[in-house]
Amino acid sequence: MNSSTRMVLSAALFIAALFVPQVPALQPYLTQIAFLWVMILFALTWDVLGGQMGYNSFGNILYFGLGMYATAVIQRDLYFTVEEYANVAGGEQAALTTAEYLFGLGLGMGTGALLAVIVAALLGSGILGLRGHYFAICTLGLGIAAGELASGWDYIGAGSGLVTPLLPDALGERGPFFYYVFLILAVIAFLVLRRLYAGQFGLAINAIRDDEDKAEALGLHTTRYKTVAWCVSAFFLALTGGAFGNLVIFIDPTDVAFAGPTFGVWMVLMAILGGKGTLWGPVIGATVFHVTQELFWTYLFGWQRVALGLLIVVVVVFFPLGIVGWMRERWPKRFGEVVDAEARKAQISLEGES
Amino acid sequence: MGNLEILVEAPIFSVQLLLDGLLVGAIFALAAYGMALLWGVMNIINIAQGDFVILGGYVTLTLYNAGIPALAGVPVAAIVLFGVGWVIYRVVIFRVVDRDLFISILATFGISILLQQLMDQIFGADIQSAESGLGTLFLFDNQVTLGKVKLVAFGTVLVVGAALAIFLKKSRMGQAIRATSQNARAARIMGINTDRVYAMTFALNAAVCGAAGALVVMTWVIQPFIGLAYTIRSFMIVVVAGLGNIAGVVAAGLGLGAAEQFAAFLLGAEFQIGFVFALLVVILLLRNAVLKRKRQVLK
Amino acid sequence: MTDLLKIDRVCKSFGGVVANDAVSLSVPEGAIIGLIGPNGSGKTTLFNSIVGYHPIDSGSIRFRGEELSALRTAEIARLGLLRTFQQTRIFGKMNCVQNMQISVPHVGDSFMTMWRRFPPEVTERAESLLKFVGLYAKRQLRAEDLSFGQQKLLEFAMALMNEPKALLLDEPTAGINPTLINGLIDRLKRAHAEFGITLFVIEHNMRVIMNLAEYIYCLAHGELLANGTPEQIQNDQRVIEAYLGGH
Ligand SMILES: Nc1ncnc2c1ncn2[C@@H]1O[C@H](COP(=O)(O)OP(=O)(O)OP(=O)(O)O)[C@@H](O)[C@H]1O
Ligand SMILES: [Mg+2]
Repeated sequence: MNSSTRMVLSAALFIAALFVPQVPALQPYLTQIAFLWVMILFALTWDVLGGQMGYNSFGNILYFGLGMYATAVIQRDLYFTVEEYANVAGGEQAALTTAEYLFGLGLGMGTGALLAVIVAALLGSGILGLRGHYFAICTLGLGIAAGELASGWDYIGAGSGLVTPLLPDALGERGPFFYYVFLILAVIAFLVLRRLYAGQFGLAINAIRDDEDKAEALGLHTTRYKTVAWCVSAFFLALTGGAFGNLVIFIDPTDVAFAGPTFGVWMVLMAILGGKGTLWGPVIGATVFHVTQELFWTYLFGWQRVALGLLIVVVVVFFPLGIVGWMRERWPKRFGEVVDAEARKAQISLEGES
Repeated sequence: MGNLEILVEAPIFSVQLLLDGLLVGAIFALAAYGMALLWGVMNIINIAQGDFVILGGYVTLTLYNAGIPALAGVPVAAIVLFGVGWVIYRVVIFRVVDRDLFISILATFGISILLQQLMDQIFGADIQSAESGLGTLFLFDNQVTLGKVKLVAFGTVLVVGAALAIFLKKSRMGQAIRATSQNARAARIMGINTDRVYAMTFALNAAVCGAAGALVVMTWVIQPFIGLAYTIRSFMIVVVAGLGNIAGVVAAGLGLGAAEQFAAFLLGAEFQIGFVFALLVVILLLRNAVLKRKRQVLK
Repeated sequence: MTDLLKIDRVCKSFGGVVANDAVSLSVPEGAIIGLIGPNGSGKTTLFNSIVGYHPIDSGSIRFRGEELSALRTAEIARLGLLRTFQQTRIFGKMNCVQNMQISVPHVGDSFMTMWRRFPPEVTERAESLLKFVGLYAKRQLRAEDLSFGQQKLLEFAMALMNEPKALLLDEPTAGINPTLINGLIDRLKRAHAEFGITLFVIEHNMRVIMNLAEYIYCLAHGELLANGTPEQIQNDQRVIEAYLGGH
């Protein structure tokens, strides 16, 4: 597949995606399909560190929850006092005008994203100094600690959670509205990452993945690249979280916002399933995973989470390359890797003039 | 932090907290000892460590519900978990031993989720515990209470730990395990069947966790989803103590137990788990800062 | 000639092992200096100390008058003092051209430049340097698919791409096919002459180092044993003993 066919195909996919909410048969499933874009965002943002940079994080969920809470709190505090809101939340009185709602949502998501970037920058300079499994387990602790903290903090609803304002009627159903929000977010994230991977940033984080000491020995600002990579990831995750809270309406600290054992692990699984360290891998992995998971949910009720655990083990142990990684090993030429036998066999020579 | 005043005014509370903390910390140390063994021999960090502990608790609980004294759960849980560990090694772990550490972390994470969900399906999500029926000691004019079972648990930890240490030191298998941990390649050349050694190590670790779990269900409570906290506790203890340092593991375990009790008392019980995970982050960052100052090359 | 690199009584020990004991030497600007010594005599340790891979116990290391011992590896590299590794290190999952591109000098990097794409000049220069070391035909291969010797050449090319003022080479010819060694010596000399890079080379191959270096230091048991021109070193009884006598 050369780049122009790929471009045409991607554009066609995007246009098809734009029309999905118009298809009557899909109406009842719009929320599930909107979740698909969320999953893609999860996998894409995880892969920045995990796949491209070789820093396997179990704690990216932190930024998702942070964005979610920041957005909801701003939406609330713009128009209500905490007590007032606690009384009316979810009810008719809490209804906002379209302008109020959109302003609150926009300001909230923006602030959440900014906050996440700041937190990522602060944490990053310390935590990204850890290597290998120390990093993985430290970030695992980070995500869970955040959830526990949120569960105990009354201002944000503590363990009983926080309700987000309802979408005003003028904006239609929640399903299609957030479908478009997440579609646009996912497309932007994809394009931004594609651009970043194509330049010095992409090569630098790949170099860090392959040999961080060597990258340092060549003079790369490794800490800067690592921190920025985490900030980029945090930025998109916080935006996703902000909108996600409004889609599901109810924010539970450990089951929705800082849902490490579910979302936090799925991010990793989806990226690996699709192919770590590739651009399309996370997209494909998230799609396959989401469909599989919906099937699990439908046909295995009660045992679906058991099946998910099993799926993790199977994917990690038997299929660590992922779908795209496997295809790349199989048909390297289609991925622009020239590995013809001639180049392999070519005798290198340093004699005479070169 | 309001409770700080209580501690200042009634110092005897500190004794209560310290005692509770040290006794539960011994159980943490036991699970950590297993983790250190596994880490040292197989270079695997077992995220399912805590779930093994909880599973051991459920085995004991099942016996208890059948009318058998909970204490009998210690050997039975150990034996059952030994089997579980062996099977898990034969099915999954042997495929990831020599691979990238992250693969084994993720694979054991998958096992952890699997076990949690299975326990949830089988035993339900409620918090449960088993009464030992041993009664309570009252100390310091009844100001400090101490379940006798906690003392029994402490003693059991010592016995199990010592038994494991002696096994590693004296038995043929134990020597093979130690040789493999020094240099697996060399051990293989010397004719040691490292695959069997690994299987044995993994199963032994699971058995130790099972015993620890039996003690947890008698002295505390269990629930299908709290295993990860035990994994993190074990990991922290091993990181602080270092591999192959039993005294360090014991000291760090007791210290962690006590620290948790005080944190829970001062911050509120709802923050105890949060404290464990936050402490992990702090400890890892501190460790890194110290190593960086020495600019030692990190593995 | 001024001293580009001046090392003054550097000590470094690992636990009980004294790897460098009061080593003093200097590398004049524009020179090719050799460093030899039996296995375990502390040559690599000295390189590691120079580039800030680990802190030294005492002594001073100055590069163009600036004290290095408080700087970190990347900062030292950006000053123009680069090293290659004895255990060749390249970016395995990236292809040769990418390995070269990311090796551009990073001294002017800022938050703005990190987003840039590589301009065509960089790619051209990468390819011409790959030609220079004879790897052009392999430029699209993943670096991990190259043989060890080829990786060594790639690492050398990456170092040149970085436009250092001084290059510390740790056994550049180890693992290189003997028929290529003459070519490699020629490349080293040309890198020195054409790009004006000062070379400081660890080498076990006596023929290579005698041919290449204008001045040689010899370490043994962490101490400086002898120094002099290739002829002087070749005839120095202590050096011969150190190599033959073992330890
Ligand atoms: N990181 C380290 N920790 C402990 N000891 C070390 C370390 N690095 C080097 N050493 C010791 O320091 C001494 C010098 O090692 P070094 O690698 O500098 O030797 P070398 O001259 O480069 O040898 P070779 O010619 O074999 O490469 C050796 O005894 C080695 O064991
Ligand atoms: Mg050396």
